[in-house]
Amino acid sequence: MAYAIEIKDLKKRYGNGFEALKGVDLTVEQGDFFALLGPNGAGKSTTIGILCSLVNKSSGQVSIFGVDVDKDFAGAKRYLGVVPQEFNFNVFETVFNVVVTQAGFYGIPVELAKERAEKYLKKLDLWDKKDTQSRMLSGGMKRRLMIARALIHEPKILILDEPTAGVDIELRRSMWEFIKELNEQGTTIILTTHYLEEAEQLCRNIAIINSGEIVENTSVKALLKTISSETFILDLAESIDSVELPDYDIRLVGDGSTIEVAVDKGQNLNDVFEYLSAKQINVLSMRNKSNRLEELFVKLIKGSN
Amino acid sequence: MSSGEIWIAFYTILRREIRRFMRIWPQTLLPPAITMTLYFAIFGNLIGSRIGEMGGFSYMQFIVPGLIMMSVITNSYSNVASSFFSAKFQHSVQELLVSPTPNWVILLGYVLGGVARGLFVGAVVTVLSLFFTHMQLHNLLLTILIVFLTSVMFALGGFVNALFARNFDDVSIVPTFILTPLTYLGGVFYSISLLPDFWQGVSMLNPVLYMVNAFRYGILGVSDIDVTWALVIIAAFIIGLFYIGLSLLNRGRGIRN
Repeated sequence: MAYAIEIKDLKKRYGNGFEALKGVDLTVEQGDFFALLGPNGAGKSTTIGILCSLVNKSSGQVSIFGVDVDKDFAGAKRYLGVVPQEFNFNVFETVFNVVVTQAGFYGIPVELAKERAEKYLKKLDLWDKKDTQSRMLSGGMKRRLMIARALIHEPKILILDEPTAGVDIELRRSMWEFIKELNEQGTTIILTTHYLEEAEQLCRNIAIINSGEIVENTSVKALLKTISSETFILDLAESIDSVELPDYDIRLVGDGSTIEVAVDKGQNLNDVFEYLSAKQINVLSMRNKSNRLEELFVKLIKGSN
Repeated sequence: MSSGEIWIAFYTILRREIRRFMRIWPQTLLPPAITMTLYFAIFGNLIGSRIGEMGGFSYMQFIVPGLIMMSVITNSYSNVASSFFSAKFQHSVQELLVSPTPNWVILLGYVLGGVARGLFVGAVVTVLSLFFTHMQLHNLLLTILIVFLTSVMFALGGFVNALFARNFDDVSIVPTFILTPLTYLGGVFYSISLLPDFWQGVSMLNPVLYMVNAFRYGILGVSDIDVTWALVIIAAFIIGLFYIGLSLLNRGRGIRN
């Protein structure tokens, strides 16, 4: 079975000499929920731009569902729906026309286009805005409009470039519910995001790109297993004066009602709780000090620089 | 894409272009109507009555074909230049670039959108001219052919301009500093037989002269040039500009990194 996306030795050098991609190899399986992560300027948007033909590659091979873009770009494009980072619709068109017009560019007859426009605008809570000029929409609505537009030809792959940037929490959750639903129905999802907890919660596989090179390409589970140490924050019912546990990096913070403990690979949180129970210290809540994926991301990026 | 899908994509672009210039009619349709009415009233009626005949016709009758052609040229050009540049500027051109629509369909859709506006304005100006003079038609087919081909040619020019343009100033440079002088010196208001030999020779290098005269020939039956030459020149420009426009589009000039 062909990969949804297969990229081999992809290179891109811009006119000013900047080498944005230095030989990227990447595969995304069909039906995957895939995250492409990297710091600003790492090459994420260039990679996505090449996939959807907004950027000309310098060399390398790109196949979408087995279709080589150099041989049949039009055929390959049919598989892709793209939600770019920046708003890129005609702001003077109505919401309905933005979506129906996009369908026309894929050769979809207008009656079918209208049916689908209604379906996706309703799904994305934009139906009541269908006759509104798109420039009058809020940021979150504009983002959803771009998702509806990207889905109008019912692509097999949906690429979302920073889809939740500037979107409030409630809207972000409902957006992800919808995207997860699409994924469950078989659509391959590729996303870039700066919210790493989103990538950890949603994605099965992940690639981290830095300075135009892939520094990690694995499953989220496998990546998280490589964590050598996690730091937890424990909120206590009452303040205490001191805390000490052999072999553990444990310390009191703030007014003495919070404990910070680092648990290395091979160590066990039960030891910590046993110690606290023995001291009759009640724990109200516990959380990670920082997102696990975020820690790994920073480590990998630092290591590759 | 199948031929049916290509037709839908082409029709979508054309429909959007027509919807665009109809939506903003106070910017696209009203100004040429007002400007041309002023030309008819001032140059045709007031000044023209003192000039007398030109080419065997009243001055008003003489300038009407030129003024219709002038509106067609400027509107065909500026429609495509401003529409495609706006799409570039607000990145909505990406909607087309990510789709499987072939580049030649994109080019044709925009160009015929410009032709639609050029011909629509040309028709409005023609109707307005009837309030000032009576119109005759020497050769209907030639008139339609010349006005259509000229409109296609300048719409293609507008497209190439938009591909190269980096800001809104770049979109207005060509119409202001090239198109307007060529049109005014292209025999819209006078017959080049009035000029000294040297300037007649210089005028023959102006392609707009051929279009205006060929169109005038279709309407009045008089021309300073051989109409066959006009058709050859327009056809050569259309082929050349289409090739340039499509090559630039294929290379992604100004629209792809």
